[in-house]
Amino acid sequence: MAATQEEIVAGLAEIVNEIAGIPVEDVQLDKSFTDDLDVDSLSMVEVVVAAEERFDVKIPDEDVKNLKTVGDAVDYIAKHQG
Amino acid sequence: MNSTNRTVVVTGIGATTPLGGDAATTWEGLLAGRSGARRLEDERFAELPVRIAATAAVDPLDVLPRPLARKLDRSAQFAVIAAREAWADAGYSGPAGEDEAVAPERLGSVIASGIGGVITLLDQYDVLKEKGARRVSPHTVPMLMPNSPSANVGLEVNARAGVHTPVSACASGAEAIGYAVEMIRTGRADVVVAGGTEAAIHPLPVVAFANMMAMSKNNDEPEKASRPYDKGRDGFVLGEGAGVVVLESAEHAAARGARVYCEVLGQGLSADSHHIAQPEPTGRGIAAALQNLLDSTDLKPSEVAHLNAHATSTPQGDVAEVKALRKVLGDDLDHVAISATKSMTGHLLGGAGGVETVATVLALHHRTAPPTINVTELDEEVDADVVRDEPRALPEGTIAAINNSFGFGGHNVVLAFRTV
Repeated sequence: MAATQEEIVAGLAEIVNEIAGIPVEDVQLDKSFTDDLDVDSLSMVEVVVAAEERFDVKIPDEDVKNLKTVGDAVDYIAKHQG
Repeated sequence: MNSTNRTVVVTGIGATTPLGGDAATTWEGLLAGRSGARRLEDERFAELPVRIAATAAVDPLDVLPRPLARKLDRSAQFAVIAAREAWADAGYSGPAGEDEAVAPERLGSVIASGIGGVITLLDQYDVLKEKGARRVSPHTVPMLMPNSPSANVGLEVNARAGVHTPVSACASGAEAIGYAVEMIRTGRADVVVAGGTEAAIHPLPVVAFANMMAMSKNNDEPEKASRPYDKGRDGFVLGEGAGVVVLESAEHAAARGARVYCEVLGQGLSADSHHIAQPEPTGRGIAAALQNLLDSTDLKPSEVAHLNAHATSTPQGDVAEVKALRKVLGDDLDHVAISATKSMTGHLLGGAGGVETVATVLALHHRTAPPTINVTELDEEVDADVVRDEPRALPEGTIAAINNSFGFGGHNVVLAFRTV
């Protein structure tokens, strides 16, 4: 069953918390991974791989660069999840 | 401020070792004659010929924040912990620039390891085989590269004068400190964070060393396995951890009113060119390194009161070192209190020079030589004054100490320190 938007945000928040140590409540739709959440390009790969597993979605490398904010990632996952 | 032959002093120390998570606890353990060697309970070691090691007393994962720790190989975790302690101990309140007492352009980092991120390399290969390519961490390369501890310490303190990583197996940590001394002496930097780190307690390196017949197989009594100079010694016990010092030009230290532990007189270097792993039995290369030290500094053999030996507890190496000392120092060796602290810490490979420099600095500072434990019957070829079982007070007045480190490949590094 596809995850709801809230579930995707909550799941991403847990992933970002695990990888970058950012409190889950700070992971909001308008937050930039790089500028606000301390997720550099290497850690972003980790976020993507964890999100792929969690939401049963494939995020090709060429699409990763378009995921600037948490909202971008949530929209992408909502649209592509299996 | 470019000049040459500037005086270099030690202003900060830090360590995380099998005896303790900081320099003070490590020193207490050394004075108490405590062994850091333990059984390796992890089942991956169960069938191996060697099932003991001197594991770190404090797990770095209990010290560092998880987001940082997961991007660092265990060797870099140890280095960052020891460097943070040394940096604070030197009286710096934050990274260079933020603490205006040192400019980033005048600060260097020289941290070495003998093997590099071997645990990361092997663990990530397991991930590749068991979970597939997509799961291999994007941090793998920056974690396993041998310069990673030095680079990460450089990031911690904001070092921009240079970040370096000499690699010479078990002499690496000492070579790093020697390199740092030269950086300051030649005017490239005013302050350098320097030392050694190692984290190689993993089944593959353990088996590899064991198959070289370099390690003690005293699996039943781990705390008695490392016994430098004892007749029954049968090899080293692998240790892990890091030792780091903050070195500084004497002018820079004085200008900011820093506490000074001691002066670093310099280093003596040589190579055996004898065998890739075996020590040269007469100690020819070690003697040459020591002679180079005497020729290039104002150290007088008469003022040497203490020596932290390389002495790893191998049958050949321990004796070759003593022969070299006797050859160069002559009768002056009789008043040198020799400590083989690897009897307690195990052998930290590239970390050894760092941890033993911290021990040597503290020995001068407290005027106390730590003991060598497990010498039940002194090898009659050890014609030197080994401090056994109990610490020994060192003389008053100006005294000097030497720290020896040698490595597979035939590298010989001798460092000298003097009270101020």
